[in-house]
Amino acid sequence: MNTTEFSAWLLLGSLLAGFLGALTGLGGGVVIVPLLTLAFGVDIRYAIGAALVSVIATSSGAAAAYVKEGYSNIRVGMFLEVATTVGALAGAGLALYLRVSVIAIIFGLVLLYSAYATVRPSSHVIENSAPDPVAVWLKMDGSYPTANGFESYHVRGVALGFVLMFVAGVLSGLLGIGSGAVKVLAMDTAMKLPFKASTTTSNFMIGVTAAASAGVYLCRGYLDPGLAMPVLLGVLAGSLTGARVLAVVQVRILRIVFTMVIVVLAIEMIYNAFTGRL
Amino acid sequence: MGSSTLTHRMPGPDQRMDELMGLLLRTGVILAAVIVVMGGVIYLTRHPVPVTNYRVFQGEPLELRSVPGIFHEALALRGRGLIQLGLLILIATPIARVALSFFMFLYKRDWIYVVATLFVLALLLYGLLSGCT
Repeated sequence: MNTTEFSAWLLLGSLLAGFLGALTGLGGGVVIVPLLTLAFGVDIRYAIGAALVSVIATSSGAAAAYVKEGYSNIRVGMFLEVATTVGALAGAGLALYLRVSVIAIIFGLVLLYSAYATVRPSSHVIENSAPDPVAVWLKMDGSYPTANGFESYHVRGVALGFVLMFVAGVLSGLLGIGSGAVKVLAMDTAMKLPFKASTTTSNFMIGVTAAASAGVYLCRGYLDPGLAMPVLLGVLAGSLTGARVLAVVQVRILRIVFTMVIVVLAIEMIYNAFTGRL
Repeated sequence: MGSSTLTHRMPGPDQRMDELMGLLLRTGVILAAVIVVMGGVIYLTRHPVPVTNYRVFQGEPLELRSVPGIFHEALALRGRGLIQLGLLILIATPIARVALSFFMFLYKRDWIYVVATLFVLALLLYGLLSGCT
């Protein structure tokens, strides 16, 4: 196989990964790492580098639209970025000291959790309780567009959300993913933001979290241009297409099927790590 | 959801800032993608035929790791250097977004968020510029 053919296959695979990532709501990065390591036999460090840059591209592209429409809670996002950025730098530092197989196992586990989080029934009820003094002090309470116009909501549990965001940052820096599932957990479950506000604010934050560790990875030589080029372009095109499809058709069944694909990938990664093939 | 019933927010400094932020993010991604495509074309037309072995981690050569090195390689119109410049622009896009937010909060004299964004900005620049030793 020559370089052009190899790049074409990578582009095709990344296109699919981006499409899958957008449809399942997991993001392209989380699918790219197993794809590169399992199907293309790429070292996980190169895979993490390529995933990180595609995560920045897709999240920034999508965030541009959400911010304009008023879904994202900018204050919540900016404040929690303090935690994710510190976490991301810590995670990128930690990656130096962990064995590749350990990183692969953690990756598999996070992938499993993320898959679970996308199919878990959203049982979030908006409670009309009194405002949280910390959130009020930080002017976090916001509003977002719904079918009945802009609806306002109170933000709670800032401390717990902050801690969870630090964890999301560590995972992002360690694994080269956006950690969208943990971010949504922090905002939706701990801080009681409406689901749509949580997912869009998570997306808004992902670019910054990924940029924090991407700089470290660039300097460490994990970002390979020959690999990043087809991966980045493929994931970007795939996720844009996925988002379009998501806007016009109901993809419930497709989503469950793809989530099962991801579960299989996660188990295969963990298995390969234990048998020393990664 | 029927989006036709949406009430629109009052146009104000906040909304204009949101639009500016969206424009910045979109421009950064498009610019980065265009440069990566240009670099990719040069890389594929000039690169020697055998595929690089990615199974074994070797790390990138030093000139593709540092900001000055990447600019040097990109200005020489080398494919790999141009792709790397595209990646650098991509990494810089969220950083520029944080810088924009910093000025937004400064303009509003929202001091808690001025401190928060400045702290994040400092960490991001630290990660990018002093991560390589």
